[in-house]
Amino acid sequence: MSLTLIFFIILGILSIASGIVTISSKNPVTSAISLVFLFFMFAGLYLTLQAQFIAVIQVLVYAGAIMVLVIFVIMLLNLGNEESLKEKLNIRKGIGLLLSAILLLQFIIIIVAQPFRIIKAPGKPSQGTIEFLGNVLFSSYLLPFEAISLLLLLAIVGAIVLAKRKID
Amino acid sequence: MTTIPLEYYLGLSAILFIIGTIGVVTRRNAIIIFMSIEIMLNSVNLTLVAFSIYLNNPAGQIFVIFVMAVAAAEAAVGLAIVLSLYRNKQTVYVDEINIMKW
Repeated sequence: MSLTLIFFIILGILSIASGIVTISSKNPVTSAISLVFLFFMFAGLYLTLQAQFIAVIQVLVYAGAIMVLVIFVIMLLNLGNEESLKEKLNIRKGIGLLLSAILLLQFIIIIVAQPFRIIKAPGKPSQGTIEFLGNVLFSSYLLPFEAISLLLLLAIVGAIVLAKRKID
Repeated sequence: MTTIPLEYYLGLSAILFIIGTIGVVTRRNAIIIFMSIEIMLNSVNLTLVAFSIYLNNPAGQIFVIFVMAVAAAEAAVGLAIVLSLYRNKQTVYVDEINIMKW
């Protein structure tokens, strides 16, 4: 059993546990903190895949920027605990859980029934670095890159317009 | 060199995607639903990065960067919607917001 596999198993168990805490906790702040933990676990999983740049921007963008935004909104709204979380399973929750179970079954069938037979090709350990990705991003994917900057601009303007109290 | 089979990554991201799905369909708090959507996006990112590394193709990692940018935009706009919803209806529980329900 290699060291990478041990790391993968630890990170996988911790990420599943913190995901369950995220969706089952009554207090939104607990959910947010365990979600930050989950994002760090994802960064560790990217490191086991040798995708260093993705791991770094996972921590920077998700655990840094997006979760600060979420926690800030929770603070602004001043929400209490969700009282009726433990109420009986109504029909909506039942159908939702059933559909989720069917979806998981489909995923497992797809993954298990037909093996992918992909073995990692040796000799290119540097394809997760920022140098390699930057070369690809600014040559082949230049137009999508510019489009995404336009999308971010639109998101900034939209968020300000939506969250403003009154438009003069 | 990594010696983990690709199926392990796919299975883990499938389980995390299902956790996010269960969060979306069972919770009432709009912010928790929002966080569950982030879990789903992240598990898809894990699949993309795993395939990108195992197939020696950088397109998966580039796509993950785009997904992260879209997720950041979605976070800003979505939380602004939640904020203005709370300002108008004094609630973030999605079953109490039924003005457009048929």
